[in-house]
Amino acid sequence: MQAMVYRGPYRVRVEEKDRPSIEHPNDAIVRVTRAAICGSDLHLYHGLMPDTRVGMTFGHEFVGVVDEVGGSVQNLKVGDRVMVPFNIFCGTCFFCARGLYSNCHNVNPNATAVGGIYGYSHTCGGYDGGQSEYVRVPFADVGPSPIPDWMDEDDAVLLTDALATGYFGAQLGDIKEGDVVVVFGAGPVGLYAAASSWLMGAGRVIVIDHLDYRLEKARTFAHAETMNFTEYDDIVVQMKKTTEFLGADVAIDAVGAEADGNLLQHVTAAKLKLQGGSPIALNWAIDSVRKGGTISVMGAYGPMFSAIKFGDAMNKGLTLRMNQCPVKRQWPRLFEHIRNGYLKPSDIVTHRIPLEHIAEGYHMFSAKLDGCIKPLIVPSA
Amino acid sequence: MAYTPDKPKLPESTEELRARIPGWGADLDPKDRPSVPREKFDPTFSGAHWEFPERQPELWPRERSIEHAFLTPVFGTSCPPRGLSGRIRRYSYAKYSEGRAAHWLLLLASDRVDAVESTLRSFVSRRPDNPITETGVLSEVSRHGLSSRLRDRRADKVHQPLDPIIVAAPWVLGAGVAYAVVRRVVRRSRR
Repeated sequence: MQAMVYRGPYRVRVEEKDRPSIEHPNDAIVRVTRAAICGSDLHLYHGLMPDTRVGMTFGHEFVGVVDEVGGSVQNLKVGDRVMVPFNIFCGTCFFCARGLYSNCHNVNPNATAVGGIYGYSHTCGGYDGGQSEYVRVPFADVGPSPIPDWMDEDDAVLLTDALATGYFGAQLGDIKEGDVVVVFGAGPVGLYAAASSWLMGAGRVIVIDHLDYRLEKARTFAHAETMNFTEYDDIVVQMKKTTEFLGADVAIDAVGAEADGNLLQHVTAAKLKLQGGSPIALNWAIDSVRKGGTISVMGAYGPMFSAIKFGDAMNKGLTLRMNQCPVKRQWPRLFEHIRNGYLKPSDIVTHRIPLEHIAEGYHMFSAKLDGCIKPLIVPSA
Repeated sequence: MAYTPDKPKLPESTEELRARIPGWGADLDPKDRPSVPREKFDPTFSGAHWEFPERQPELWPRERSIEHAFLTPVFGTSCPPRGLSGRIRRYSYAKYSEGRAAHWLLLLASDRVDAVESTLRSFVSRRPDNPITETGVLSEVSRHGLSSRLRDRRADKVHQPLDPIIVAAPWVLGAGVAYAVVRRVVRRSRR
């Protein structure tokens, strides 16, 4: 089968690999019909995530058709169209039993701090991902769900991470009616977090980025006010001015490890790998939110230390909330919102790339070329 | 204002927001949201029909965090450790917990060693690495690289010139080392 393969920082290619096989009785093999490149895949692509091995296939956003099932699988059968959450989880460990599916303790031998994620380095369990023709899906009775007949496949693939994560990020903000919400980052997760903030009753939603084409999407898709931080000497002061010097009630970091806006932070983290991530957006969030406010961190960071302004967070009495999204918990409500027309996730898709052109897709997405916001991958199988 | 008791007035009323934003307030009740409360004990909800899962066979000694009591019942089998990078990885897992910077720095170092080893290995394979196709740099032409950068006041324009250096440096260094080795061999053979 054809699969995307990592060859080293900034280098990927498509190779012929063996089709995955059943390795556990509750495995399924899924033939991938649609995948996506996530912004967090770029951290792997840039060599920022420890234990990213040459030869690994990335891809934690994918949907497909069940091609084979293991002996103990009861809830799926060959031929089912399924959407697969990016979390790999067992369903019964201490954490899964409490609904914390993204924190499963039974699927990642390499680290206890993070659960299992498809195609996301050995730090997240060493599973190959879905930017491929076929993928092994562990715990098939627990993770995947049939795609509803009425749902578009492009919408379904975005539910496997980006939309669910944005929606979860807005929930972690604990938004109350009339709250002012500032979202750092107008990538897919930021756009979905902004749109979701309205569902929770936000009174104002402000999206901050440096790419005008993405801010345009924030205005049209997420109905948000926007600010391009390159237009201001100090985006924190601007945020204070626009909130009558109070600050936002809620800030959502939807940027993560490769944030721009401070050259020293960016270069030490994203280029020299001396930090777990460039916490520019997180530090802006700490400074922009009001005292007693809440920060929701959806941006992905590496496991090493980062230069975060913790003193300000403490002095301001902030609540910092964060986690990888437990995707499957979000689905029933998100299905309703999509069916009711409140959210149309595929409206942010800008590119559909054949699997064999994935190297160009990664470069385009990484360098933010051609107005790229969300690229989908279409395997040829 | 921050200096007086009331919150600043919002630019739009609830009615105006409801009229403008599809679904505004659909999740208004903070208690009625999918992730509230954070922890909900229900071990049967997920569809799992086990208390502890059956164990996946361990086909080679699988590296694991020393913060785990045992190898997890299910694990990924992509890219077993190999070569010098594999030795570094195994050492890092066996020696240091996730709480130690040494653990992560060794893993990052092993990633760089792995890239070099894999590239060298590719040169004796039927498909040597090709930095032009693998970096996707040709999309600079097909995907409007220049105009994409000129159009916006992008903050990343400052550091993007570093990317080709990061990609090219190992190749240039490798070529230099190869040249020096070949030159030395040739000179010795002439003596």
